[in-house]
Amino acid sequence: MKRLISVLTIALAIGLVVTACAPATPKVVKETVVVTKVVEKPVEVTKIVEKPVEVTKVVEKPVSRGAVTVLGVWGGDELANFQEAVYPFTEETGIGMAFEGTRDLAAVLTTRVEAGNPPDLAILPNPGQMHELAEKGALVDISTFMDMDQLKKDYSQSWLDLASYKGKLYGIFYKVANKSLVWYNPKAFKAAGYEVPTTWDELIALTEKIVADGKVPWCIGLESGAASGWPATDWIEDIMLRTAGPEVYDKWVNHEIPWTDPAVKHAWELFGKIARCEECVYGGTTGVLSTNFGDSPAPMFDSPPGCYMHRQASFITGFFPEGLKAGEDYDFFPFPPIDPKYGTPVLGGADLIVMFNDTPQARELMKYLASPKPQEIWAAKGGFISPNKRVSLDVYPDDLTRKMAKMVVEAEVFRFDASDLMPAAVGAGSFWKGTLDYVGGKDLDAVLKDIEASAVEAYKK
Amino acid sequence: MQKKGVLPWLYIGPTLLILAFFLVYPTLGTLYLSFLDKHSKNFVGLRNYIWTLTSKDMLIAFRNNLLWLVLFTAFTVSLGLVLAVILDRVHYESVAKSIIFLPMAISFVSAGVIWKFMYAYRPANAPQIGLLNAIWTGLLNAKPIGWLVNRTTNNFALIAAGVWIWTGFCMVILSAAYKGIPRELIEAARVDGANEWQVFWRIILPLMKPTIAVVTTTMVINVLKVFDIVYVMTNGNYDTEVIANRMYKEMFHFHNFGRASSIAVILLLAIIPVMLVNIRRFQEQEAMR
Repeated sequence: MKRLISVLTIALAIGLVVTACAPATPKVVKETVVVTKVVEKPVEVTKIVEKPVEVTKVVEKPVSRGAVTVLGVWGGDELANFQEAVYPFTEETGIGMAFEGTRDLAAVLTTRVEAGNPPDLAILPNPGQMHELAEKGALVDISTFMDMDQLKKDYSQSWLDLASYKGKLYGIFYKVANKSLVWYNPKAFKAAGYEVPTTWDELIALTEKIVADGKVPWCIGLESGAASGWPATDWIEDIMLRTAGPEVYDKWVNHEIPWTDPAVKHAWELFGKIARCEECVYGGTTGVLSTNFGDSPAPMFDSPPGCYMHRQASFITGFFPEGLKAGEDYDFFPFPPIDPKYGTPVLGGADLIVMFNDTPQARELMKYLASPKPQEIWAAKGGFISPNKRVSLDVYPDDLTRKMAKMVVEAEVFRFDASDLMPAAVGAGSFWKGTLDYVGGKDLDAVLKDIEASAVEAYKK
Repeated sequence: MQKKGVLPWLYIGPTLLILAFFLVYPTLGTLYLSFLDKHSKNFVGLRNYIWTLTSKDMLIAFRNNLLWLVLFTAFTVSLGLVLAVILDRVHYESVAKSIIFLPMAISFVSAGVIWKFMYAYRPANAPQIGLLNAIWTGLLNAKPIGWLVNRTTNNFALIAAGVWIWTGFCMVILSAAYKGIPRELIEAARVDGANEWQVFWRIILPLMKPTIAVVTTTMVINVLKVFDIVYVMTNGNYDTEVIANRMYKEMFHFHNFGRASSIAVILLLAIIPVMLVNIRRFQEQEAMR
């Protein structure tokens, strides 16, 4: 009996497997449609219509041609959006995408490259690691198979330069974040009669006016666990671009000028003018140091407002209280220029897609990701700005994002967040710590000397 | 008669092998890496050690570890002792002991997060969400303090969180030792006219000395390695850096393998004498049985 049951079970299993594996056949079905029409004359007219209806697409689904392994930091909503952006590619070519997400990308990528098992593509959150990997020879020069003329038309030269190392192009930029934004509550501004400042002097004047009115102008929050201090580095970088210009900025990033250089010191001092002024920041300097960066903009939306302005990157909208309307309850103005000759540069971040294994499938995915389509799909969902010129500004879901995207595309100067590009011991170490010490009251020269000492060590190859 | 021969080796052989692979080999490997540079390519001699022993950041870390060593050990052991003796006399002893031991059951990272909220700071006119500042501003009508960012208070704030976690552990062990003291001795002392204070200092404490010594050395070894609390609450900022946190940063954030290894070796050298004392005490206790 037992034997019979086991034989039957096996037969059933085989039967199920065979049925499941049967290929689907396209069908064309004739359907009869009955149309009943009542007209003035009490005569019922019934019409029989023959309509060929396709139940399954006649186009044969392409045979699966393997998958491209992609390593990145995205998860949750971001990953869902990316997968949606890649879906049309899989539909058309049959090449799937196997995405692996990890927040500790640097560690995982280093390990896999060392082990000789790198992913086909990787999405780096900043170009810093790209230089290291290109130097090792781990990356594929994509100019060998990409349509360079099209790329040159789609992306401004600075994007192509930032993705190149020693003259070779190693990746394309996909998702851009604009960091040079000052957020404010338009309703609060209107109620108090404040104007949006367009220059640094106007910004300082507004700050002083708000203090004179007995209110607090700025909300700054530097606490961020192991990364505390990073919002202050964004402030200093924005100021550096506007007071010293892009060439000096680049020198600063590469440690061609020391941290004790007057240009660097000047940027810190301007930051300190706001951050170290007890009446200018919500909660005083203790508040600045103790408040988490995500919690810090909330007082802008209290009544009466706890503060009026908050300088932060575009992603901060995800931390605003629920139920606020973009454009009405919150809006932004570009971080104003300081020295008119340097204009209004954009400080930002972007994800860079690089290739490790030169396979035909990986090539096709890379070409697809450089085209406007996947950029448009994610742009429409929000929280995404595309550097591709062919992406029309209309795909963005709201005016606010459109304004940000316009700022990025039209920027004459675009630079990456310096702390992302510097070696970790400085960019994720002494720079962060230095800002906390400075806001905490330490003497600026001492702070800069300490950072310089660690930089000398860190930049050694 | 002790049977010599191969048999004892067969029994402990597998364990020795595992120990050798997971403990001895990595230790030797770390020692080796500490003499190389940050990418582990070139030999740099004692450069990493010189940095570890002289750099400003590391000196602050050493100072803090010393502070932790003295205060943390003193408070956990003495509080544990007092609680062990006092709770023995009340009928709700087991409930009280469970509550005090409870913090040991949660991860130290969770404890760090809890205490971070306890110390939370909000500006003077905003409602305080941190318990300490709520008491400070509500009852004492003072301005709120940033306990974790203020350099005068932050180390003590962190140590307080650590004491909260570990007191239960000391209390439980000392309580077991306390209950091991024969009641007749204490009764006899009381009959002879000793007051409670004298009973405690002259009879209970000397009899518990071996256990107190073991608990103290265990706490010392523990505190030299303190990491989670500091990492979660301040990440070593505002002069709260400790050795283990610095080692973690050098290794995983700055990718400087040479320095991280040298810090690890120095930490090991600091702990070895304490371990030897612990082992010797343990052997003495075993010999007494």
